[in-house]
Amino acid sequence: MKRVVNQSISIRRRLLLQLLLVAILLSGLLYLSVRTVADSAVERTQDSILGAATIAIAEELRGGEEGVAVDIPYTAFSMLGSIGQDRVFYRITIGDETVTGYDELALPTEPLNGLTPLFYDDAYRGLLVRAAAVERSVLVNGKALPVRVIVAQTRTSQETIVASLAERAALLGIGFFVIAVGLSLLTARLVVKPVSSLVEAVGRRGPQDLRPVQRPVPRELVPLVTALNGFMSRLSVALSRTETFIAEAAHHIRTPLATLRAQAEIALRQTENEEARQTIRSMIRSVDTSARSAGQMLEHAAVVFRSDQRADEQIDLSLLVEDITESYEPSAEMKGVRLVCLPHAQDITVDADRILLEAALRNLIDNAIKYTPKDGLVEVSVISADGFARLEVKDSGRGLFGAQAAQLTGRFQRGANVEDVVGSGLGLTIVKEVARSLNGRFEIVEREEGGTCAALYVPLRSR
Amino acid sequence: MRGALCSIAITLIASTTLAFDIEQQQLFQGQGDETISILSTTDIGIFRPVIEAFQEVRPDIGVDYVVASTQEVYRAIYEEGAVFDLAVSSAMDLQMKLANDGLAQGHSSAQTEALPDWARWQDQLFAFAQEPVVTVVSQAAFEGRQTPATRSDLIRQLRDDPETFRGRIGTYDPRKSGAGYLFATQDARQSDTYWRLSEVMGGLEPKLYEASSAMLNAVESGELAIAYNVLGSYALARLDQKGAATIIELEDFTNILLRTALIPANAENPSGGAAFLDFLLSATGQRVLEENSGLPRINAGALAAQSYLRPIRLDTGLLVFVDPLKRQQFLREWSAAVVQ
Repeated sequence: MKRVVNQSISIRRRLLLQLLLVAILLSGLLYLSVRTVADSAVERTQDSILGAATIAIAEELRGGEEGVAVDIPYTAFSMLGSIGQDRVFYRITIGDETVTGYDELALPTEPLNGLTPLFYDDAYRGLLVRAAAVERSVLVNGKALPVRVIVAQTRTSQETIVASLAERAALLGIGFFVIAVGLSLLTARLVVKPVSSLVEAVGRRGPQDLRPVQRPVPRELVPLVTALNGFMSRLSVALSRTETFIAEAAHHIRTPLATLRAQAEIALRQTENEEARQTIRSMIRSVDTSARSAGQMLEHAAVVFRSDQRADEQIDLSLLVEDITESYEPSAEMKGVRLVCLPHAQDITVDADRILLEAALRNLIDNAIKYTPKDGLVEVSVISADGFARLEVKDSGRGLFGAQAAQLTGRFQRGANVEDVVGSGLGLTIVKEVARSLNGRFEIVEREEGGTCAALYVPLRSR
Repeated sequence: MRGALCSIAITLIASTTLAFDIEQQQLFQGQGDETISILSTTDIGIFRPVIEAFQEVRPDIGVDYVVASTQEVYRAIYEEGAVFDLAVSSAMDLQMKLANDGLAQGHSSAQTEALPDWARWQDQLFAFAQEPVVTVVSQAAFEGRQTPATRSDLIRQLRDDPETFRGRIGTYDPRKSGAGYLFATQDARQSDTYWRLSEVMGGLEPKLYEASSAMLNAVESGELAIAYNVLGSYALARLDQKGAATIIELEDFTNILLRTALIPANAENPSGGAAFLDFLLSATGQRVLEENSGLPRINAGALAAQSYLRPIRLDTGLLVFVDPLKRQQFLREWSAAVVQ
């Protein structure tokens, strides 16, 4: 019996989702931080080369009688090509006058601090450039002149290097993310494992196993398990009470009816008044009907109760069928009906609750005998077909009078042609209940040559 | 009809009458309307096979080939804003200055990407030929002597026998020739021996030239015993057959000049310029250059084979000697040494 549980998102998925969010966040942070560090490292490298070039030029500045001599060393510009192929611009000024170089190159806005280069970003001819500037005083005719050297370089190579580093940082981030995903999956599984193993242990229990859960569980699950154990012990008590109640009810109803019947028989024997005898006989029949009805009601209750807690065992159907058929031979004989157990294969076994199966078969055979006239024939057989065992009871009785199986198996429903036979209308209901409980099915049809064929299908034991 | 032709001729003359000095000009007519204008320092005679090979591949394109000196090529592009689709020069420093100062435009293709790193700068300046800067000696003058292998050898021989060489040493005048200035500055950068050599040559009344061809003529005629710093391709082309002179690659170091091309930023037909450039750099173009024009193709293997071969690096260092103050200073030093 599958109950629909109101299901929300699984713990594992929720955990996984949260871990992945964290992983995405961390990967992004990793990418950003690697990029930032790479950016500043590349810029610092370019700056130091730019600064070195600027200082190299400044150091070659000489004073003299004719003015400032500028002798740009070849290496000053050559070294700027070491990072990449960037454009180079330079400017050397004395005061505000450009001595040589590109005289549109912007001068630094901040004051210079001797030969310590000042770095700044600028735009020159529509290009972003990084510039370094130093200042040095040169003696000309005994007068100190402030000479400024500015060297600027485009940032193309820097951007290329940063782009390639960024690509690597991105790969690193993705790699980190992939590893994090793997670890998250593992973690989620490990975290959920105690829950799933508890679930598995509880699910594996048979319906009658109502012992408390004893296995060690994580602290977080203790309240749940405590509650579960409480439920199970209450259920166990309730079930045993029901069982006791059914048994006692059967006793309490059957015993007075039996007493009543015995006394009515005595009364019948002692009475000679034909009218009174007639009354007593009808009374006895009513008592019989009541006893039977009570018996069947109890049996029905027992079957329903039992369906909820089946005690399955391996049952050889051929033996069961033979035993039960044999036990009905006296009552069949009494009615003058021939009861036959047809020959069948030996090894038709099922996993089923014996009591349920016996109840169903007894009801079928009892019904067949009941509705078969004197000198009639009832045949019981068992065969295996399509993964099911088919228990069949055929009679040569009065048939169903056009009634359908669905009608006949309703509670307290009886056929339209049975007024003269004692019955409660619960027999086939019990059979149907058993069929459902055992995951089988029940069919009842009218035979063409007269009589009824009732068949109970039970799944064969899976090999 | 006649009037129309005249007017076309006048327009042509008007369009080419620029302020810079043109040495040679030739229009290689194409079948279509498209024309590429090339400003170059390489003589038409040398470049003709390449242009013709190009027109075999692209017969629809005409090529207007203008030859000027290295200084004039630089001046035309840098100062006068002359409109050309390709600027070809052997003065690497001036080409570098053009590219660095944003007068070239970028071009990237399979051919340019295939160039070795040292043979291009960014996507703007591309080398298509590499040639050694050599010394040429007259065999007659060196009869019975060993030809010098290094600059120190050369200095010793000049010192030992000044009378033989007096007035018979030729070299570039770096004040007038861009290529000569580049060779002199690169020599000075490589080794201080250069200054010693200059001093010694200066004492022997050297003759100064503006072009390799004139120097080679003088060696052939016996007027010069030694021509120092001559373009290898010219020397090979001129001297191979006659045997009047010997070409020497000095083993202390021999500079390798790269002939470079760039597409000017103001080109009218930059895609045409790029097409010609790609052809120059292609396997066919390189083969024609080497076999028919005598300009050695770009070949890293050839450089690696001889350790004394030093390619002049295409980097911003070249800008240093273009600086006017630096140039002034260098030429002052040079004049003091050579023009005594």
